Amino acid sequence: MLGKIFFLLCLSSAWAEDLCSKAVPPEAYYVRLSIKTALGDKAYVWNDNEMFLFQATLAFAMRSQFSGQEYNVSNIVVCDETPRVSFWFVVTSLEDPSRLVSRGDVEQAVRKSRNRINSAFLLTDQTLEFIGITPTLAAPVAPNTPPWLIVFGVVMGAVFAGILVLLVLPLIQKKRKKNQPMEDEDSDEETQVKTAENGPERSGVYNMSFSDDDKFTQM
Amino acid sequence: MGKTEDSGVQERPKWDNKAQYLLTCIGFAVGIGNVWRFPYLCQIYGGGAFLIPYLIALVFQGIPLLYLELAIGQRLRLGSIGVWNSISPLLGGVGIASMIVSFLVCIFYNTIMAWVLWYFFHSFQNPLPWSQCPINESLTGYDVECEKSTPVNYFWYRETLNITPDIAVSGSLQWWMVVCLASAWCVVFICFIKGIESMGKAVYVTATFPYLVLTIFLVRALTLPGATDGLLYLFTPDWNILMEPRVWLDAATQIFFSLSLAFGGLIAFSSYNPETNNCERDAVVVGVVNSATSLYASISVFSILGFKATTAFNTCRTENILALTNHFHISDQNITLENYDTWFEYLNTTYTEEVAGLQLRVCDLQRFLDQSASGTGLAFIAFTEAVLEMPGSQVWAVLFFVMLFSLGLSSMFGNLEGVLTPIKDLKLLPKWIPLEVVTGVTCLISFLISLIFTLGSGNYWVEVFNGYVGSVPLLIIAFFEIIGVIYVHGIKNFSEDIYFMTGSRPNIYWKACWMVISPLMLLVVFVAYVIVQAQDHPTYPAWDPSYELFPETEVRPYPDWVFAIIILLSSVPVLPIPLVALYRLICRRRTSSARAEPNPYILHSFKVTQNCI
Repeated sequence: MLGKIFFLLCLSSAWAEDLCSKAVPPEAYYVRLSIKTALGDKAYVWNDNEMFLFQATLAFAMRSQFSGQEYNVSNIVVCDETPRVSFWFVVTSLEDPSRLVSRGDVEQAVRKSRNRINSAFLLTDQTLEFIGITPTLAAPVAPNTPPWLIVFGVVMGAVFAGILVLLVLPLIQKKRKKNQPMEDEDSDEETQVKTAENGPERSGVYNMSFSDDDKFTQM
Repeated sequence: MGKTEDSGVQERPKWDNKAQYLLTCIGFAVGIGNVWRFPYLCQIYGGGAFLIPYLIALVFQGIPLLYLELAIGQRLRLGSIGVWNSISPLLGGVGIASMIVSFLVCIFYNTIMAWVLWYFFHSFQNPLPWSQCPINESLTGYDVECEKSTPVNYFWYRETLNITPDIAVSGSLQWWMVVCLASAWCVVFICFIKGIESMGKAVYVTATFPYLVLTIFLVRALTLPGATDGLLYLFTPDWNILMEPRVWLDAATQIFFSLSLAFGGLIAFSSYNPETNNCERDAVVVGVVNSATSLYASISVFSILGFKATTAFNTCRTENILALTNHFHISDQNITLENYDTWFEYLNTTYTEEVAGLQLRVCDLQRFLDQSASGTGLAFIAFTEAVLEMPGSQVWAVLFFVMLFSLGLSSMFGNLEGVLTPIKDLKLLPKWIPLEVVTGVTCLISFLISLIFTLGSGNYWVEVFNGYVGSVPLLIIAFFEIIGVIYVHGIKNFSEDIYFMTGSRPNIYWKACWMVISPLMLLVVFVAYVIVQAQDHPTYPAWDPSYELFPETEVRPYPDWVFAIIILLSSVPVLPIPLVALYRLICRRRTSSARAEPNPYILHSFKVTQNCI
């Protein structure tokens, strides 16, 4: 049993090396990573361990898409690794290592688990590129009331309140003034009368009907 | 009865203090044009060298005309129609012409305010709506029109204006624009509700706030990369350009329109002054502050544009770096902005064909700096794009649009005053109608007429109005103003008026300018302007997505009927001048012929007024 597995592994790695030396098959996807652009100082170094993680993540993606089919790291064949950190990969089918999984199936699997793949490497859709698989655009957040109407409501509310205040206040003030002059004139008469009076002190009640009327007549 | 009524002269409203009056005049003169027209002219006419024709025009044309308007308004204490009627009944048409021009400018100017409000309302979102393209219905990609041009262009042309491809295609009323326009008119109304009492208080804010914002922008921009490039580019003088006559013409027209002369608004404002106010000093202050503001604004604007050009330059190079890195499988971030040039040299010499095959963009900082924009292109496209790159974009966007709104609002005060004061002075309406109602009705009528500019083709019409109402008629009116005061009223009388007001007669500089230099300059500018305009059939840039070179705007000629409207707009405001003069001449002949036989029983001191107004 162990021998058989060992033999299969040797065969598949030999097959893999064989695959890499040939031309790029049509089922392959080209991958490009920009780690330093994404992480700056916190960038990790790309080495074989990271490549292993990539193969494992992709195997996970294939498993999630096609439930029941147990893809393994050995099914993900990676070739042409460059210092750029770019390479192409193919997925070999479970039953027959010499057959490759179709492009459409691989694309579906990657799309479904894209988020998980990105998170595994702390990258984004733009820094971990699968050439040919465009990222699905996020649906725009459309609030029920457009925000600009809210601002507009606030501003116009203030303006209308101001207009009302400026128009109504003078009317109220005019009404108040109309009530006041009646009292003012009465007190005016009395003071006039008092200042006009000179001579001995008053005794008895002063008859106001004979006060200085002529002061109020106008020519 | 202790109270005495105000006998005789009905009290004219007056300014609370001198500061209000000066701020109102400065606010009127300093408008959006100082921010979006002057820097553009500076840029295309050789930077620092443009200041020379500009200052010459200010000294010999701008300030003398300003002094003339302020003095005549303060002396005669009437709005523009009353003033010209007083000087000579034959010149009454000048006032009416001013009023018509003020009204037409009111209408389209507030549309620009509506656009500013729209952008202001949209600045309270994260992310800003002009930073991304909207996604198309099937969620597979971005909107096609937006992809071909930029998100900023798309937001301006499609989401704000919803512009039609041609001025002849009117489209429908855009409801959001109607709403913004109504808001703009409401704000103007509330500031004007009590006449200059409320306006005088509003100008404390609207006239000073722009300076605050310009300073904030300048300080911020200077801390951003590339600001100094922009400033160097702006102020590097190109002396050869002074040989071109176009420069002198544009400098003179810029000064003239920038100071808001011939609108009648300045005459109205100074008519509310006490008679002994020193209007000579006021004129110099307003003129100098206006030009200084233009200069200051251009420093701010160019720091921001320098930053924008540097950002675009860096983005261009980053794209090239990415292309090279991907093609040659070089390790990520080995090529940086700093060592880009050395890498490029090496790769180009070693793998010349491959590099050529990549079709890299040529990134030249000068080319980005050269991209000049003025008018709405500067405010709503260039500036909004620059704001996106600044951290805290919402704050800068809000500040910028509030500044534009204040600038425009204070200019609107002057424009509307040029319409309302003559209505009040002419006593066209019965006295029992309060001022608030007159103001409200004027605002309402202006709003209804300016609904034209909320159609799909509205922007094209604003350009038409801007180019032809606010130009030729004003030059003609100003020319008649100066002739009227100096030659009809007489320079001696005018000098006496000024002596009466300020206690000293105008010196030789003023007299020389008024009598010879300014009218001559006005005449030359007017003739040159008309010749330049008449040389080619007027055209306009149209935003047409189906144009083959889209996103560039297509330059189309105006159709004939629009051309006819242009001619009407340029000439109708000026028609009252000869018409009124003729009318009064005919009346005078009629009255003088009626009095041909002297009747000893008629005392001329009790002359009855004739039918002619």
